[in-house]
Amino acid sequence: MNAIEVKGVRKTFRLKGGLLGADRHVVAVDDVSFAVPTGGVLGIVGESGCGKSTLARLILGLLEPDAGEIAIEGQRVTDMDRRARARLIQPVFQDPFASLNPLARVRDIVAMPLKAQGDLPTHEIAKRVDDMLSRVGLSKEMGQRLPAELSGGQRQRVAIARALVLRPRIVVCDEPTSALDVSVQAQILNLLAELRRDLGLTYLFISHNLAVVEHVASDVAVMYLGRFVERAPTESLFRAPEHPYTKALLASVLTPEPGLGVPDVGLGETLPDPADIPLGCRFHPRCPIAEPRCAVETPPLKPRPTGGVECLLAS
Amino acid sequence: MSTLLEIEQLEVEFGRTAAVRGASLTVERGETHCLVGESGCGKSVTALSVMNLLARGARRRARRLAFEGLDLPGLSESGMAHLRGNAMAMIFQEPMTSLNPAYTVGSQMTEVLRRHKRASRRTALDRAADLLARVGITAPGLRLGQFPHQLSGGLRQRVMIAMALMCEPRLLIADEPTTALDVTVQAQILRLLASLQRDLGLGMLLITHDLGIVARVAHRVSVMYAGEVVESAATAELFANPRHPYTQGLLRCVPVPGRIKRDEPLGSIPGTVPRIGPGFEGCAFRERCGFGDETCHQAIPRHAAGPTHEFLCRLPA
Repeated sequence: MNAIEVKGVRKTFRLKGGLLGADRHVVAVDDVSFAVPTGGVLGIVGESGCGKSTLARLILGLLEPDAGEIAIEGQRVTDMDRRARARLIQPVFQDPFASLNPLARVRDIVAMPLKAQGDLPTHEIAKRVDDMLSRVGLSKEMGQRLPAELSGGQRQRVAIARALVLRPRIVVCDEPTSALDVSVQAQILNLLAELRRDLGLTYLFISHNLAVVEHVASDVAVMYLGRFVERAPTESLFRAPEHPYTKALLASVLTPEPGLGVPDVGLGETLPDPADIPLGCRFHPRCPIAEPRCAVETPPLKPRPTGGVECLLAS
Repeated sequence: MSTLLEIEQLEVEFGRTAAVRGASLTVERGETHCLVGESGCGKSVTALSVMNLLARGARRRARRLAFEGLDLPGLSESGMAHLRGNAMAMIFQEPMTSLNPAYTVGSQMTEVLRRHKRASRRTALDRAADLLARVGITAPGLRLGQFPHQLSGGLRQRVMIAMALMCEPRLLIADEPTTALDVTVQAQILRLLASLQRDLGLGMLLITHDLGIVARVAHRVSVMYAGEVVESAATAELFANPRHPYTQGLLRCVPVPGRIKRDEPLGSIPGTVPRIGPGFEGCAFRERCGFGDETCHQAIPRHAAGPTHEFLCRLPA
């Protein structure tokens, strides 16, 4: 069975126009379908505003889709009771400074999901919090501290402990290491990988950095203005990227190799506007190899053995 | 090349915390010097000490702190204000918080030129438009009339860069200029900084925690840890032959596509940067270092590993 199944999901937001301006519609997620098998890790990459965080919130049940269906562990997300949902799927967010209550002690932050379930005795809660803290590499003494007394990496460990304390099956990680130093990022990525193996978790792993995604994901989806423009097993996406946007993202990863200079990713200055999605291929205004027909024809999904690509110029 | 910025034995303390402990580095004319290290290692404090923008209550001492031979601690506040934003300019990590949200791009860009060079409003606006075009902004005339919140993160950072260049600085200090940006925009901004540095012959002190950036833009690198420069070398030399265990650890942490198989752990440095008080003895990295022993509690010698290469570790190998 698939841990996550998403079919034809669409989410639009309305932006209020000014005094005379008309309302504008932002299509954040535009007819996206995919499945993640149990134990798999789907990496989703794309720039700010591409809809990846909206997709995460839809799957977590924090937003309702305008169209389409989302099922986790075979049940429709929107039909589920909040407590039942919390036992199946949990988030880890980007900013460990904003996502932890500054007035609560670490122990209480991690205990909160257990208390919210309402049916666990206090000593059982205490025991599970202790286990979880040591599992993510935090000492008992750390449990007594406030978030402000911890480093960024330690705070992200607290967020992971809070996400895992209910023993969920699925974890949605939304840029879990973007706010961290490279050295701490490596610690957190290793911890997430180890926990996934040991606990048999399924991850949806969102990042704007392809190098980070490569490290944790079994499959990667590249998202651009609300759509998956390419999806492939990680190894083949990195070996033979097909979509020009995927290639640009790969080119923008700065590896520590001196003498290579900073590459020209060839995307130009125009930034994508989710309230004004171009006709034809939505990537064509920034595409270095666009042809006239790319401005008119909508690229169909060209399926591959696993995944596919939406580019008119792909063979 | 001649020396633009000299920092020798800089010490900065905030109360009981020693933020910078005897750091030394130089920036030559036309050179990009990268200062790399984790959050809290003292790299931003070093930059702010140069600009004399440290928070109230900070104590700054240095054997020498000089810009173009001019002793900076000896300057009055008005002397310093004359240099700041003029011959030496700085750009910060978060362009949204460093631009004034209540003023248009045009009015904050022209302010420095009108103040430092007594330029007319018209001249200043023309120069601002030229520079916006120079940093790759189309329709500069339109942008001058806009407010920061109307621009994307990448555009704001371009505005910050253009603003820093208004008075033709000789030294540009860039503190994590791309950390808040998408990787695609980061590549564009770094390309821009590198080309400006080359074309204008700027000396640049670039602060970052990302060794990928260092490799691609730096001529020279200083690795900072717990307030000290623990290793310093020409860029190619540092990456080919890192000598300090901390530098080696940092290099292992960078995820490189195709280098490490999935499910193999990335190299990482256990623990976090310690908080250090005045009077600390020995190597600050010893608790996190795989090679540490009791001799690391003693004063650490500085070794030369080549004409341009120095490191601070008791292990000569």
